[in-house]
Amino acid sequence: MKFRVIVHIWRFYMEGFASMTLGRTLWMIIIIKLIIMFGILKIVFFPRYLQGTHEEKSQAVSTQLTDRAH
Amino acid sequence: MEVIDSSLIDWSRAQFALTAMYHWIFVPLTLGLGVVMAVMETIYYRTRDVFWRETAKFWMKLFAINFAMGIATGLILEFQFGTNWSNYSWFVGDIFGAPLAIEGMVAFFMESTFVAVMYFGWNKVSKRAHLTATWMTSLGATLSALWILVANAWMQYPVGMHFNPETVRNEMADFWTVALSPVAIMKFSHAVSSCWLLGTIFVVGVSCWYLIKGRHERFALSSIKVAAIIGLLATAIVSYTGHKSASQVAQHQPMKLAAAEGYYHGEHGAGLVAVGMLRPNASWDNLDEGDSGFHWKVEIPSLLSILATHDPQAFIPGIKDILAGGYELPDGGKALSAQQMMQRGKLAIDALRDFRLAMEAADQPAMTDARARLDSNFKYFGYGYLRSPSDLVPPVPLVFYAFRVMVIATAAFAFILLIFLMLGARVTRSRPLLWAGMATVPLVYLASQAGWVVSEVGRQPWAIQGILPNTAAVSKLDVSSVQITFFIFLTLFTLMLIAEICIMKKSIQKGPSV
Repeated sequence: MKFRVIVHIWRFYMEGFASMTLGRTLWMIIIIKLIIMFGILKIVFFPRYLQGTHEEKSQAVSTQLTDRAH
Repeated sequence: MEVIDSSLIDWSRAQFALTAMYHWIFVPLTLGLGVVMAVMETIYYRTRDVFWRETAKFWMKLFAINFAMGIATGLILEFQFGTNWSNYSWFVGDIFGAPLAIEGMVAFFMESTFVAVMYFGWNKVSKRAHLTATWMTSLGATLSALWILVANAWMQYPVGMHFNPETVRNEMADFWTVALSPVAIMKFSHAVSSCWLLGTIFVVGVSCWYLIKGRHERFALSSIKVAAIIGLLATAIVSYTGHKSASQVAQHQPMKLAAAEGYYHGEHGAGLVAVGMLRPNASWDNLDEGDSGFHWKVEIPSLLSILATHDPQAFIPGIKDILAGGYELPDGGKALSAQQMMQRGKLAIDALRDFRLAMEAADQPAMTDARARLDSNFKYFGYGYLRSPSDLVPPVPLVFYAFRVMVIATAAFAFILLIFLMLGARVTRSRPLLWAGMATVPLVYLASQAGWVVSEVGRQPWAIQGILPNTAAVSKLDVSSVQITFFIFLTLFTLMLIAEICIMKKSIQKGPSV
């Protein structure tokens, strides 16, 4: 019974994807965009500024917050 | 003392603003079209008229294009939190994290499930199941917006948390106080109803194009009718929630209200400037008593006091009063001056420093003492970073004019939608009106962006109101690297936008199948 439901859902999606027209272009755009975002932008331009353990991060922020006060 | 280059703050803010404004091109159309297509499918479900199914399908196609182009653009904002605004991210982590995590879960599960049924399920699931999927897709997108807006509302009105100096983080004390704060509820209602308005104006604009071209007349007129009804309802909600939001701003962010009104000197029975032109050189520190700072203005007497407090004689503080303090607050207390708040802020920051030193030395009594000083002054923590009271004044002309663009354009949309609804099929006889319907599409985007300018520029210099200014929130990065990424994003976003417009145009030119 469960297997039949899974097969049903699988077919539903596969037939849906197969019958797409404009959807293919849109999916292509989504995939390219995600690759650019996670494969290039995130890695090259957006490293995590705070590094280290929880304590090291809180110490770093604490130092910055107290040092920047006038 | 560490000095942060002001150009770093400016470029980091510019990059964030660019990304947020680009993201906000897609979001409102997704939410607006979501409701329009769901209502149209509901009409199909009730009438069984195939015309309505095909009409709904056409708007679903445009919804899909916009959805695909806009998907994940918000992720770049989250990347920027971690890189450009790392102090802020750490400082608010637990509060901001929960709503964003819920948003991610809701967006992923609801939208990915129901979008598939909506597009693939015609003739495969029952009409009722399909209609449910369409409404759930629309609801899922709206719920995504809810959690983002809850997080934004918390930045404007931070409640339901306490600051832990051991972790240097704000920790959530009460989830429901954060989620159901009056500012969050009003911000959500106002933003979502403005999205409905944008979506309906878009539908009217596209339909007008078909009427000008003499194509798909029944489709266009029916779409205009549905859009006009939803749009007028949205306008009523936008107006009501806008009024309530203004009351909240008067209470919690008086400087933002004063900037939005170009209001330098406070008075009892304050008038509302309907339209006016500010003198470019007018500033809070060069205006004498009695000089409003306007070249000219049309003012409605007492209306600002009424809108802000429901009392026509209430005192509304101007920019100079807010900086000078000493006026009576709504709770009966006396407002502190900017200088007093800056001193309290310095006490809070000193207390944090003392607490951390005491913690390193494991000196419990010193920690307790510093904690008490920090708690009693924490409300003013962010003021300790300001160099002078003028840092508290946002760019008045930008906020003032953006506010008027938003309000006047919304009134114009209501008028146009009403005309379209009243004229019905007779609208086809008036080409100027059809052109006006098309021209409202760029105008509604301008008004929508202007709304966010009022909200976000108006609360400067704060990343979190009163607690953390941008100067403390920003990461100490190389300015040139922020500049480079700014231009990379500008190029990428522009290309994406051109791609969307091209695909959208092609689909509109092809038209519906009815």
